[in-house]
Amino acid sequence: MAFLKVNNITKSFGELNVLKGIDFSLEKGQVLSLIGSSGSGKTTLLRCLNFLETPDSGTVTVREKTVFDAKRTSKPSLREMRENQLKFGMVFQSFNLFPQHSIRKNLTLAASLIEKERLKKAHASRADIHTAMERIDQHANEVLAQVGLSDKADSYPYQLSGGQCQRAAIARALMLSPDILCFDEPTSALDPELTGEVLRVIRGLRSEDRTMIIVTHEMEFARHVSDRVIFMADGVIAEEGTPEEIFEHPKNEKLQAFLSHTKETSFQED
Amino acid sequence: MTFARINAMLLEGFGTSCQLFLLTLVLSLPLGLIIMFGSTCKFTPLRWLTRTFVWIIRGTPLMLQLFVVFYVPGMLFHMHLFPSGPEGRFAAALTAFVINYACYFSEIYRGGFGSITRGQYEAAQVLGMTRWETFRHVILMQVVKRLLPPMSNEIITLVKDTSLARTIMVAEIFFINETEILTKGIVWPLFYIGVFFLIFVGALTLLFNYLEKKLSYYKV
Repeated sequence: MAFLKVNNITKSFGELNVLKGIDFSLEKGQVLSLIGSSGSGKTTLLRCLNFLETPDSGTVTVREKTVFDAKRTSKPSLREMRENQLKFGMVFQSFNLFPQHSIRKNLTLAASLIEKERLKKAHASRADIHTAMERIDQHANEVLAQVGLSDKADSYPYQLSGGQCQRAAIARALMLSPDILCFDEPTSALDPELTGEVLRVIRGLRSEDRTMIIVTHEMEFARHVSDRVIFMADGVIAEEGTPEEIFEHPKNEKLQAFLSHTKETSFQED
Repeated sequence: MTFARINAMLLEGFGTSCQLFLLTLVLSLPLGLIIMFGSTCKFTPLRWLTRTFVWIIRGTPLMLQLFVVFYVPGMLFHMHLFPSGPEGRFAAALTAFVINYACYFSEIYRGGFGSITRGQYEAAQVLGMTRWETFRHVILMQVVKRLLPPMSNEIITLVKDTSLARTIMVAEIFFINETEILTKGIVWPLFYIGVFFLIFVGALTLLFNYLEKKLSYYKV
């Protein structure tokens, strides 16, 4: 069975049907790009996977465990909710770093809270907790080095550029080693000259065999980084395939129009 | 009357003013939080009830509220909520002050919490934080930073509002001055009292400046 299986997800906001039955699956280590024009439902789909929106129907299964089922009536326990939540990681368009914490604390906060809770339940000694916290700090240093922010560990978010903020946000999501890392338009809030550094970091993660879902408007990037591409239009998957199939031989009319339009705009920008 | 005698009397009165100030602050700060939970509650009847209450309290003079708290329970319902004598009057004044200031504080809190973006809550959620952890480690300090300037304003107003307690004959600084000193034709203590307040508010201002500076290590 697939690593991630999404089955018949629907979501409406009032009268507006944003997702009209989404099915797809993803294998471990695959990178999936979600493309499509604004309002097609890409971001809502990503938010549904991350429990930021509750779908009206459908199921989500990760590693053969059902993490969401709209038909389920009993409320999952707090522990189970947290477990399911942590299967996914999320990088937001607007970073959402915690402004009052240093970059290091942004990375370690959630990890240390979870670890402290676990150790306290196991009646661990103070010394054990201390070593665990040191381990988390060490891990944070490694992750910061990976995204090229070692020198910014003690800075605060307001002191960083947009690109650095987004790399810190990626590092923060990596700290909890999610099964599936999601990116919601990670470069849309950045100045054009800063998108490169963020895309490079994501490309670096790909070579680590991470499973990722990326909502993006960067077509060149999607083409090169993805194993599979889903084109969404009006709340459904209009076309799905390899980057080559999607970008070289698009069959769907809306996809053809979308691609020629994005080409036009990138030409105008040049 | 000698200067020392007048000084002692005024200091005693000012002591009562300070007591009223500190107790009001300590009690109305948490009560304001509870009122804020009421006025932002998803349960509509409770939300409306709380907001109506806040409207009444903020919409009528504090002096009227002092009279109502002090006289109405006893004169209309024969309930003696407060013992007779100075303690009872002080307790009645404190009650009115706490309710009044808690309502103002609740609105300041509401503004503070309302200014935190949804993204902060969402980021905490996707990192697996519980509601309490989110409040404690993500939201609280951001709210405190935003609350400091309006709070310092309100708290400075409270220092001076304590003088209203004289309307129900609480022996605070103005009451003592008027009954014991002014009636004897001695006018200068009026200006002297002004100095008391200036020093007190000056100290508070320094404290708030210090706190704001402490929290200026980050920007939102």
